[in-house]
Amino acid sequence: MGFDIRLPIGMMFSVFGLLVTGYGAATSGDAMYARHSLGININLWWGIAMVIFGAFMLLLARRGALALRSAIVHAADHEHNRPPAK
Amino acid sequence: MHPHPHWIDYAIIGIYFAFVLGIGVVLKKYMKTSTDFFLSGRSIPAWITGLAFLSANLGAQEVIGMGASGAKYGIATSHFYWVGAIPAMVFVGLFMMPFYYGSRARSVPEYLKLRFDEKTRGLNAISFAVMTVFSSGVSMYAMGKLLQLLLGWNFNAAIIVSALIVLAYTFLGGLTSAIYNEVLQFFLIVIGFIPLVYLGLKDVGGWDGLKARIGNDAMVHSWKYLGSPNTNPMGVEWFSMLMGLGFVLSFGYWCTDFLVVQRAMAADSMTSARRTPLIAAFPKMLFPFLVILPGMIAGVVSAATMSGNAPTEVRAETGSAIVSRTPANGEISLEGGKGIIPPKVDESGKPLVKEGKVVLDYDLATPMMLVRYFPSGLLGIGLCALMASFMSGMAGNTTAFNSVWTYDIYQSYLNKTASDEHYLWMGRASTVFGLAISVAAAYVARQFNNIMDVLQLVFAFVNAPLFATFLLGMFWKRATGNGAFCGLLSGTAAAAVHHGLTLPAGSTSGVKGGFLGVVVHQYPSEMAQNFWTAIFAWTTCFTVTIIISLLTNPRPDSELKGLVYALTDRPKDEGLSWYQKPSVLAAVVLTVLVVLNWVFW
Repeated sequence: MGFDIRLPIGMMFSVFGLLVTGYGAATSGDAMYARHSLGININLWWGIAMVIFGAFMLLLARRGALALRSAIVHAADHEHNRPPAK
Repeated sequence: MHPHPHWIDYAIIGIYFAFVLGIGVVLKKYMKTSTDFFLSGRSIPAWITGLAFLSANLGAQEVIGMGASGAKYGIATSHFYWVGAIPAMVFVGLFMMPFYYGSRARSVPEYLKLRFDEKTRGLNAISFAVMTVFSSGVSMYAMGKLLQLLLGWNFNAAIIVSALIVLAYTFLGGLTSAIYNEVLQFFLIVIGFIPLVYLGLKDVGGWDGLKARIGNDAMVHSWKYLGSPNTNPMGVEWFSMLMGLGFVLSFGYWCTDFLVVQRAMAADSMTSARRTPLIAAFPKMLFPFLVILPGMIAGVVSAATMSGNAPTEVRAETGSAIVSRTPANGEISLEGGKGIIPPKVDESGKPLVKEGKVVLDYDLATPMMLVRYFPSGLLGIGLCALMASFMSGMAGNTTAFNSVWTYDIYQSYLNKTASDEHYLWMGRASTVFGLAISVAAAYVARQFNNIMDVLQLVFAFVNAPLFATFLLGMFWKRATGNGAFCGLLSGTAAAAVHHGLTLPAGSTSGVKGGFLGVVVHQYPSEMAQNFWTAIFAWTTCFTVTIIISLLTNPRPDSELKGLVYALTDRPKDEGLSWYQKPSVLAAVVLTVLVVLNWVFW
């Protein structure tokens, strides 16, 4: 399958993370944090966690794509009986 | 007590929908043959099929239902995982997958045809197809009701929009699209629920604080009070827990339900197929913490800090305080409820009272937790997680239905010789009408709650004996088609008879049992009755299948190669690192399982 699921997962959580972190930073000190989340700015912290998770997934997807590309290049080289380009 | 989602929450929900649809659109170009559409071309790596295996089952039933059970029964709900699901998942991975994947059957009913005969397949295919569309309808109804109650959304809009989204992505990308979205939904549910559990536990002072607040030892131990049904809130004793839930029901579900097995069949190799349920077992073991704890917490926290016009404080012990409420603007009132779990209300908006106690709406425990602890921003993520759980369940049912319909009903009985293109077209068409029937079922459920209860009861009767058929089919080569067919029918009949002759305590004859006029035995709880119904059905099917098989002609060994344990080569796991081997994964899973049962004993 030529479509890596880690790419959309990484993208979605990066977007979610940036959005929620930004919102958390902008609403810092808002009464809703005292009302709901025990005074913790959970948007800020969990937003950052989501950015990290999203970035990690994007990194894995990128490594996967590079590995696939080099595998294809190797296979192609092999077919043409050339020494693999390094 | 309504949450008030802000623009940010709606933006998050919008982005989520965009990604879900986007995956379907991107995958459309890969769907060239019916195998691509129904089996993902058998090309998906194990970690993806593993998470999808888990997530297809992670419907509303799990997220909402397990929270409700947690609130009602406490930590003993974990038996559904640590006695139920996990051992069954290990078994299907180690012992059953070689036949499912190795036989190249495209569906569970098709395996039955290969192993037994046409009529056994037909029986299974038809009951499964009917069951999936209706259970998808029931979960649609539950979602519509929940979104209406919680957010004030329009019931019709909630159902139509979610059905259209699921339709769009399963129509375009088939099983691959459903599986990819299930993986996305898995992460969304985990990431959406971790902060909920964190905030909830922090609020009550951790596990010890939660135990102290619950103040009922039987709610915080999983085994200690299972000696007798009278000492634990489930009304179940250890034997029916192990046999009924652990063996018959759980193995029956995880080993024979095409909805989950289909995910493993899409794997790229035999090893991946076997590792699929084992990989799924790791996160599954930890799910009780994500889905049961919120329900337990919901029963003991107060809502007092929540909104400006604070509702009257609700104390944990106000189980019986009955206060009529004004259903102004349809908001959920907590008065008379327990913690933040609201009471069920009758049409005039008054809390329902049974035997002097307020009946609680436990299904709202987890959703109320989201509303209680998430500020705008994270609330959007939490709502996405909730909707993701509904949608993954719906999509799972839809993809299982379109395969069974197309391969096991349409291709087998209606049109045997069409081109592959035609079957691909039929797969897409059945996605549309399957979902259309589900939507219709959702409205039926809304109108006549009892009809759906009756249907689910019938499905339970049909499902209970299935595992006996598969067990004998896979491990006893002497089992015959006639034996299997008679076994299934008599097992279903046994379930119906047992249910018809017994009643759970405090119920009247009808859907709950006793409909045969005589009540031979009264069970302490509905759960105990269900477990024993399953045990009776299984035992009957097992016995009848053996007797009839011995009386009928066996099939020659040559026809059963690859379908029966004794006539199949043991799968080899060469070329795998030791930690990737199914047997090693299984050993690790079972060890952790013992530890978890011990810790929460």
